Amino acid sequence: MTTWRPGPAPGVLLRADRVRGVDLLLLPERVVVLEGSAGEVLRLCDGTRDVPQIVRELTARHPDAPIADEVPAFLDRVRKEGWLR
Amino acid sequence: MTPHPAPDDGPAPGAMAPPPPWALLAELTHACPLHCTYCSNPLELAARSTELTLPEWQDTFRQAADLGVVSAHLSGGEPLLRADLTEIVAAADGAGIHTQLITSGVGLTRERLAALTGAGLRSVQLSVQHADAAAGDRIAGRRRAHTEKERAAALVTDAGLPLGLNVVLHRHNLAALDALIDLAPAWGAGRIELANTQFYGWALLNKAELLPTRAQLAEAEETVRRRRRELDGRVEVIWVVPDHFDGTAKPCMGGWGAVSLTVTPDGTVLPCPAAAALPGLDPPGVRDRPLRWIWERSPAFARYRGTDWMREPCRSCALRERDFGGCRCQAYALTGDAAATDPACRHSPHHTVIRDLVDAPAPPSRALGRPRRPGRPSPSRRVENP
Ligand code: SF4
Ligand code: SF4
Repeated sequence: MTTWRPGPAPGVLLRADRVRGVDLLLLPERVVVLEGSAGEVLRLCDGTRDVPQIVRELTARHPDAPIADEVPAFLDRVRKEGWLR
Repeated sequence: MTPHPAPDDGPAPGAMAPPPPWALLAELTHACPLHCTYCSNPLELAARSTELTLPEWQDTFRQAADLGVVSAHLSGGEPLLRADLTEIVAAADGAGIHTQLITSGVGLTRERLAALTGAGLRSVQLSVQHADAAAGDRIAGRRRAHTEKERAAALVTDAGLPLGLNVVLHRHNLAALDALIDLAPAWGAGRIELANTQFYGWALLNKAELLPTRAQLAEAEETVRRRRRELDGRVEVIWVVPDHFDGTAKPCMGGWGAVSLTVTPDGTVLPCPAAAALPGLDPPGVRDRPLRWIWERSPAFARYRGTDWMREPCRSCALRERDFGGCRCQAYALTGDAAATDPACRHSPHHTVIRDLVDAPAPPSRALGRPRRPGRPSPSRRVENP
């Protein structure tokens, strides 16, 4: 299998909601309010970066956060939901 | 600020504004190539000459986005009958709003879809009447409608857009539920929504013909459970529980003026697509008022918002914040009083109305006539089962 470069699934839109001050995932029949840093992680999922690259970029920004432990599992979960592909 | 605001000015500025709306249902036209028995379009359809123009829709979507709307359903009638649909999609998308087209599929071409997708359309929901082509065409009142839908589904999946199917269930198609659900994997849909018909608009006039029997419904629920297991991970099967049988009211639209607003073809703004039928509502329009005023301050949106308007038995009921007393349109259609407890609720003094409907003997299914519609000559032609 080729390297996974996560990007939004068809019909899925990541958006900063300026009215409510939150990040949102907009889906055909659903709006998901992203908690914590989920929006920051998903913003890097534009289909150009693979997972190790996403981890490196986030680690550079937040050296003390458990990025390598948590982000790949998070991305897998989001893929299972069908929001990333 | 005036010390004595005019009565129709709603809460004074500074009073707590309601939380912003998430979604907008844009009814772009009432024109429709189909004539469904269960159609809940208002009985008085807006004439095409009164439809909002493209600049008016563009402005409406800008205002809606400023207000907090992030998602729009572009619907009708049949939205494809708007020649400027592509520009309307572009306006919504440009304002940052996620768009989904709700269509019968009739009239969709590859070129049209490519233009819509280019303008930012994100997904398509196709309404389906029946799994069997002949029966489907009879319900939709148009020959070949079913084949045209199948073609439309293929165009949508070819274009890489997520496809959902929407089926309104009633006495005449419930028996074919398995075959209906089969359409989703066969046509490449990731989602199928099975909604039981609500009783307002045209559907109310046809209620005796449309309401399923208890036995049909129990069987349907079993089918849905089985198919959910089989299709897990491939097709999402949404079952909109009918409220007539279990004695509970459903929150209409997530609460009156709480989550979404509907803009009708002539720019009237409603808390729910069927609310135009409510007497004395006097709904505001985008031609007269800013959308923010309509959402935050108009008497129409304040009328059944929250729980203050409630009477007994809702007022003192523990579930009042959960179901908001049920559907206002159904309450009005079945009791004549829009502020009454929804008769679907077993605590409603009018609950017997629903029970009588549910327990009425099934009319013979071969006698499916053309739907009755008010104000039109009654049809002389009778459509028989094959
Ligand atoms: S329900 Fe049928 S007749 Fe009514 S608007 Fe939809 S497709 Fe047209
Ligand atoms: S009485 Fe009113 S609030 Fe209570 S369950 Fe019935 S409809 Fe809902």
